[in-house]
Amino acid sequence: MKLNKLIFPLMIALAATLASTGCKHGFNKVTPLPGPYPQPPGGEQQSSTLQSTTPINTETNPTYTPGPIDTSTNWDPSMMNQDRAALAAYTVHFKFDSAVVQDSEQSNIANVAQALTGDANAKLLIEGHCDERGTEEYNRSLGERRALALREALAKSGIDPMRIRTISYGKDKPADPGHDEAAWAKNRRGEFILCHPK
Amino acid sequence: MNITFSRAAKLFSAGLFLALTPIFAQSQNNGTLQMNERVPVLGLTPPIPVALDGFTGEAAEVLKFDLYVQGFSFVAPDAAQYLIHGSDSGSVTGTVTDNLAHKMILSRSYNGASLRRQAHAFADDIVQTIQNRKGIGQTKIAYKSQPGGEGPGEIYVADFDGFGAQTVTTDNAIVAKPAWVPGKLALYYTSYARDNPDIFFHNLSNGQRRVIAGYSGLNTSAAVSADGVKLAMVLSKSGSPNVWVCNADGTNLKRLTTGVEDSSPTWSPDGDWICFATKHNARRQLAKIPAGGGEVRYLNTAGTPNPTEPDWSPDGKWIAFTCQFGGEFDICVLPAHGSMAPTVLVPGQNPSWSPNSRTLVFNHRAAGYRQALSVLDVFTKQYKDCRRATGNDSQPAWAR
Repeated sequence: MKLNKLIFPLMIALAATLASTGCKHGFNKVTPLPGPYPQPPGGEQQSSTLQSTTPINTETNPTYTPGPIDTSTNWDPSMMNQDRAALAAYTVHFKFDSAVVQDSEQSNIANVAQALTGDANAKLLIEGHCDERGTEEYNRSLGERRALALREALAKSGIDPMRIRTISYGKDKPADPGHDEAAWAKNRRGEFILCHPK
Repeated sequence: MNITFSRAAKLFSAGLFLALTPIFAQSQNNGTLQMNERVPVLGLTPPIPVALDGFTGEAAEVLKFDLYVQGFSFVAPDAAQYLIHGSDSGSVTGTVTDNLAHKMILSRSYNGASLRRQAHAFADDIVQTIQNRKGIGQTKIAYKSQPGGEGPGEIYVADFDGFGAQTVTTDNAIVAKPAWVPGKLALYYTSYARDNPDIFFHNLSNGQRRVIAGYSGLNTSAAVSADGVKLAMVLSKSGSPNVWVCNADGTNLKRLTTGVEDSSPTWSPDGDWICFATKHNARRQLAKIPAGGGEVRYLNTAGTPNPTEPDWSPDGKWIAFTCQFGGEFDICVLPAHGSMAPTVLVPGQNPSWSPNSRTLVFNHRAAGYRQALSVLDVFTKQYKDCRRATGNDSQPAWAR
């Protein structure tokens, strides 16, 4: 009914704001209610002068005060020579939404362990990555869990975990920019970067 | 003014409705009225119908945007509850008339700043007058933007509608999760500027910044308590990503959670609780823990699988979060207390509440797999896209 369609939203809106019912049109079943808001004083227009807001300083100092020093590992990957090619063949892949190192990846783990065992000065940086399908912070955490799981697997193979650092890139550095299952499978990965002192 | 029969019938029915169903308590004290609003329903609340007249160009755009995302709709004058009339030649002036009482309830003129800002200020005064709450027209957001669509980007700050965007970083590094210090022009965010995900504190007034958490592994998801005193974040230095809490300057660091996959802490506004995403009984869930440590309680997220990125509303009543059905993300809202199930609202991720506890900003997929920011009123479910910064805008945080 056309009238109902008009009335219903109007009634809800009235109920929501407790507007006066405007009794002056002669419906004396209705008790006039005062309006819910103060009237403009004397009906005069009020004037507002807006101040400019505090500007944001966009000349960001590119340097920064360093914060608390982490003493859990005594080496910094960014101060080392990083070799991504050396262990590229052993990139480990993961199932969707999982940080579990699959049995099929054990040979890759063994190869990485062997490379580290045979190279006493070498350290390892493990990158954890995700496919694009999760939310950003969840994926940043999942990538880290993948890298940590690989570190644990290597520790079980006898490598000192102090030689290994982890970094998650979430979904920020896909191996394959595609948007299908083939691409996603390639992106769910841990990459091993061999590091040597400069 | 002549009254038509249908108008009289409307008024009669309205009056009868009011007479028969008193919904509110109302008290009057020295000319000011206390108004208790009817409890609005998530996603189902009808907007307040208003008619706009006399505004053009940018001022009209601003008024429509601001009012739409605070629960108003635009109709013809004879269907409007309020008439908003004015002009913007030179500067903004306007009036608001209660269309049923035929009373002018607001009359204002604005000068100073810019025309755009004046229109935002008028929208705020309209919201204050009609809804009896502070408007969000002059508030700000921070977010990350990636010109290349993925990978490196910068942290931006803009008006809540995306206009006036400025970069506050120039590192060309991967950045994430900006978080405002409440009431201050300062941010925390994650940046890979030092080749590691570190949490920075950045004073936007003087451009100074320092590393607050740069431990090995992951440092991300900074969340500031409402009083600005404490910081929660996700660190993996213990061997798994967990929620840690420290002072705002990074000192007095304590581990709070011990799950195997915790992410995205958010404080209750009273500072007593931290809500976060975790895994429990093989299922991804939202949980809350007392901010000083204690027993983890799991929230009812029935019907919203894979809940993540929770954000607690400033009034304490709601938790907004992202859920994931297969490939689709949805913005959901859950009552923070009690055990009612969440309401699914619109497609999108990463919700952040505005100071009004009903509008939130989020990102959703726009053309070409890019993300765009959008602003949503959770009660009317009305939303509008913000102005784009660069290729991929995401992880917005509303300054509160």
